[in-house]
Amino acid sequence: MHIKTMAEFMAEGAQPEVLFWVGCAGSFDQRAQRITKAFAQILDKVGVSFAILGKEEMCTGDPARRSGNEFLFQMMAYNNIQLLNGYGIKKIVTACPHCFNIFKNEYPALGGEYDVIHHTTFINQLIAEGRIVMKEGGAFKGKKITYHDSCYLGRANNIYEAPRAVLEAMDVELVEMKRCKTNGLCCGAGGAQMFKEDEPGNKRINIERTEEALATGATVIAANCPFCTTMLMDGVKNKEQEEQVQVLDIAEMVARSL
Amino acid sequence: MQIVQQILFVLLAAAAVILFARKVREIRRNIKLGKDTRINDNPSARWRNVLLLAFGQKKMFKRMTPAILHFFVYAGFVIINIEILEIILDGIFGTHRLFAPYLGGLYNVLIGCFEILAALVLISCAIFLVRRNVLKLKRLNQGELDGWPKTDANAILATEIILMGLLLTMNAADYNLQQIGSHHYYNTGSSFWVSGLLAPLFSGMSETSLVVLERSCWWLHIAGIFAFLNYLPYSKHLHIVLAFPNAYFAKLVPQGKMENMKDIQNEVLYMMEPDKAPADAASAEPHRFGAKEVTDLSWKNLMDAYSCTECGRCTAVCPANITGKKLSPRKIMMDTRDRVEEMGRNIDKNKEFVDDGKSLLHDYITTEELRACTTCNACVEACPVSIDPLSIILQLRRNLVMEESNAPQEWNMMFGNIENNMAPWKFSPDDRDKWAQELAEG
Repeated sequence: MHIKTMAEFMAEGAQPEVLFWVGCAGSFDQRAQRITKAFAQILDKVGVSFAILGKEEMCTGDPARRSGNEFLFQMMAYNNIQLLNGYGIKKIVTACPHCFNIFKNEYPALGGEYDVIHHTTFINQLIAEGRIVMKEGGAFKGKKITYHDSCYLGRANNIYEAPRAVLEAMDVELVEMKRCKTNGLCCGAGGAQMFKEDEPGNKRINIERTEEALATGATVIAANCPFCTTMLMDGVKNKEQEEQVQVLDIAEMVARSL
Repeated sequence: MQIVQQILFVLLAAAAVILFARKVREIRRNIKLGKDTRINDNPSARWRNVLLLAFGQKKMFKRMTPAILHFFVYAGFVIINIEILEIILDGIFGTHRLFAPYLGGLYNVLIGCFEILAALVLISCAIFLVRRNVLKLKRLNQGELDGWPKTDANAILATEIILMGLLLTMNAADYNLQQIGSHHYYNTGSSFWVSGLLAPLFSGMSETSLVVLERSCWWLHIAGIFAFLNYLPYSKHLHIVLAFPNAYFAKLVPQGKMENMKDIQNEVLYMMEPDKAPADAASAEPHRFGAKEVTDLSWKNLMDAYSCTECGRCTAVCPANITGKKLSPRKIMMDTRDRVEEMGRNIDKNKEFVDDGKSLLHDYITTEELRACTTCNACVEACPVSIDPLSIILQLRRNLVMEESNAPQEWNMMFGNIENNMAPWKFSPDDRDKWAQELAEG
């Protein structure tokens, strides 16, 4: 499977249906690369014409902005917008809620206006349009699954239903954690916490969240964010439950159900 | 004798109103110490928020028990105010139950309803006291509430219980006076649905004693109301006023949207495209990035601080606080109010603010608290009166990083990586599409 870059589309004088913004985690983090590959496979399989920016993609500046470094954020945003506008990008899909949030809410003020969609919403649309058809009796049918709302998809952008609809399309038995939807508990990675040690306290946030997820008795913790996935996987390992409980991005689950 | 009472009442009422108005002006001035920002877009959505969030208390109903109890107190407060109007007019004109002859049977029903509400307020406040002091709910007993904030909360609840007690006792005495056909006491029939049950307690008393009891309760009740009015501005209880404008000025854009810094955006633009820079760009006055002091925050941030009831719903859902970190969004709001009030007192004393060697950042809110935030928006979502603690946290973080270069070593490395490798980790940009190559190779 060959994934075309925007430069290649440009050279052919063509435009893809959508740009797949991979994000730094999806590009470099080994665990998140599996999510990226799964999503690319879904797009390829259902015949969505998409491109990536390849080596030209850059950090959106989210961790810089959230930690207080507005200069660095503005630099990154300027360069990204130059690049995206240069290619005439109209529609972006991304598997990272942080990239999604910043494109949707913060780039427009800087001259970067795109139709941005998170991959779980996109997958849900493809299911609704009949472009994605799940296997009968798929890999997760009837399995007890809990869903972790990421802060940047949930509270930040009020997207709670689309990811759940995708899970329902796989006929899973969805069990909610006590703190879910608007009350969902953070995994501990946001606000650039991913890139530093915790401040002094008596517990790690990912452990608190993982305990809650494990208490549901689910065999899969479904996530929608590469950072949440990492945090929850660390939590599951810490609780020595990695044999019994998987942490999977919704895209990975869908890719296994096609 | 009556005229003396009337004069005393008018003087008391006038003093209460004048004092309150002075304090209101002071709070208004303090809030305006914040930076000017225009918040007037989309008025229909804003009025909707006032209706749903303030009048309807929509977010309170995320937690049912306190929501119902609070609703009783709120409804009691608003509706019993109709009776306060009558009490004030009676005080001025020396009348007794001025509205009764005009409303007839409806008056009796109203009094009955007020009494039920008064009883519900009394019971709810008693339960609130138990929740705070006996059951010791965690969010009502955390560190930042030690001292004055706890006293403040208990004082408000005790005052409301006393006020409602006075109102019901007054009615019970009134009922007995009506029974013995005392002159001046208007016959309201058997509408004292609650105080009627208390009335037998006083049935053996003489007419004079009953009049003294009734008048004492009447005076103590209305004097208590005036005192309460003037206590409000010093208390967390100010939310009963500010919850309404705060709902109107609440953020309408998605919670995930961070405020843009136009000046830095332009600085980057002029650096990248020098031809776009205006001639006087370089000579622009240097100013502070982010917020170090309450005067660097917006007036809405400061109104948020004055609206805070210290209920701790924010702190109870804060992932950092839950896991034992120092950060408490409620403390961020309390610190902001404490500091703006301190600045206000400084201005009152010195005519203008004289540097006191302190600032909101560091002297009130520490680096450790700010660094613990995951920007998850749980505090913003939880607040029943539309307060945004995250906005303050992020503005202070900007100051830490851009003015003080005060970031943990790991963040400095992350900044360096973004700048040099276009990713927060130390990977080569050439490897960004390695996953795609792997996929191509199968």
